[in-house]
Amino acid sequence: MKCDKCTKKATVHLTEIVDGKVMEMHLCEECAREQSSHMEQQFGLADLLAGLTDFGKQVPEVQKDGSACPKCGLTYEDFRKFGRFGCADCYIAFKAQLKTLLKKIHGSSVHLGKKPLMIVPIDDASSDTAVVVEDKPTVKVVVKTVPVLVVETPDTLRHEMRKAIEREDFEEAARLRDRIRDMEEGGAHGAE
Amino acid sequence: MELNDLAHHTGEWLKGTGPYANIVLSSRIRLARNLRTFPFTNKASKEDLEAIMASIFSAFASEAMAKELTFFRLNELDNTDRQFLVERHLMSHDHASNPQGRGLVVSKDESLSVMVNEEDHLRIQIMQSGFNMASTWEAVDRVDNALSQKLPYAFLPEWGFLTACPTNTGTAMRGSVMLHLPALVMTRQITKVLDAIAKLSFASRGFYGEGTQAIGNFYQISNQVSLGHSETDIIQNINGLIRQIIEQEEQARQALLVQNRSTMEDKVCRAWGILKNARTISSQETIELLSMVRLGVDVGIIQELDHKTLNELFIMIQPAHLQKIEGKKLNTFERDTKRADVIRGKLNGKT
Repeated sequence: MKCDKCTKKATVHLTEIVDGKVMEMHLCEECAREQSSHMEQQFGLADLLAGLTDFGKQVPEVQKDGSACPKCGLTYEDFRKFGRFGCADCYIAFKAQLKTLLKKIHGSSVHLGKKPLMIVPIDDASSDTAVVVEDKPTVKVVVKTVPVLVVETPDTLRHEMRKAIEREDFEEAARLRDRIRDMEEGGAHGAE
Repeated sequence: MELNDLAHHTGEWLKGTGPYANIVLSSRIRLARNLRTFPFTNKASKEDLEAIMASIFSAFASEAMAKELTFFRLNELDNTDRQFLVERHLMSHDHASNPQGRGLVVSKDESLSVMVNEEDHLRIQIMQSGFNMASTWEAVDRVDNALSQKLPYAFLPEWGFLTACPTNTGTAMRGSVMLHLPALVMTRQITKVLDAIAKLSFASRGFYGEGTQAIGNFYQISNQVSLGHSETDIIQNINGLIRQIIEQEEQARQALLVQNRSTMEDKVCRAWGILKNARTISSQETIELLSMVRLGVDVGIIQELDHKTLNELFIMIQPAHLQKIEGKKLNTFERDTKRADVIRGKLNGKT
């Protein structure tokens, strides 16, 4: 697929929802960088993990209200950057956003598995800090643009490489193979 | 447990027995748990990490099984020792690279290993030989129940066990099965199988875990979804998928035997010949050749070798193991030579 703005190969695929209309954009890396110089900051690790971003755009307004975990101080922005929570109370502090996120990751936001034999109620255990549980964000956020980034991982590249081999585009396949190798460099161990 | 004594053999989970041991190396389940009273590992202070490790170690120490357990503080082990434990699949590479404030609990037969203060406070892992997800679950459930009476777990009824990463929330369970699929690779059907696995929300990794490529035709298949299904449902799903893959691998092996017997015999016997005679060999080549030999044993081309010896070799030929066996640091060339020695010793001793 070619870039919408130039003739290079499109590697970034954006889906924008503006006023309820879906618009797709396919860009090469350079044009994508021009399109949004903030791209890097917008797409945090948490988004990449789940291959989703739309939940994140709704939070900055809430955060300006000081929405950070009262126990460990982690902000939702931090979570989006690192993809990890700081403590169990983060789950309560970010309850509204999390429901959507968990559903996107797991296809469900309801636990059906086992319970521990001893349960410490979470609100009691954190009674030294008042935890305000809010099911709905207090600030109404109007979502204008919801970008969805199709992220390249070794697995998606491998899929592309196989497709290239199938259509006998070996030059492209070799290029993809090198990129996979670059990506995975340092990740493997055990073999010499 | 003396690490040096372990180098010459492997844990119970690699003994090469259990259902479908010809295709399934091992079944593994790990549960992630966090203590309610401390921040997660990434936000925990040095003192927190010590306190978490102390409470987990003492919870295990008061269990009946305590005499079977060894407790490691990772910062008290040197690099080779930590790498050695990674090579035995007892802990992750990441755990070994950040030893400060981290620990490991291992049972004598190595079927139970518990990483302390990895991404989560507790990563409880049970490994068993062959295709045995139900009994693996029973074993890990037992350990988890015992601990949950002593340690206050971070848990919400609606979302289950709370983990540092939301991809683990819920059951916080990852079940994985290590498969040897040489015939699906040789008949070029593996791509289709892996595509299907990905579509069903399962992940596939190599023999040496996360971030490693499949070498030697080994694939580790595990569930990705941990919320919205009970543990037994997840296990049933894994079992259903793995049974289908086993069936396809068996069919592909039969097809190869019928249609390409001489080619297959040639590949197996060449691999066998090189392994029994090489004077220096890389781990990559070893693993590829061992895979062919394993296939040869499974289909009866090689009779004088068992799965246990083969499985042991897969572990022993890794760098830290070779250095433990030799008792000193070895450079790459020395390791390749030592590796060939160890393989010849093991294989020729059996003939």
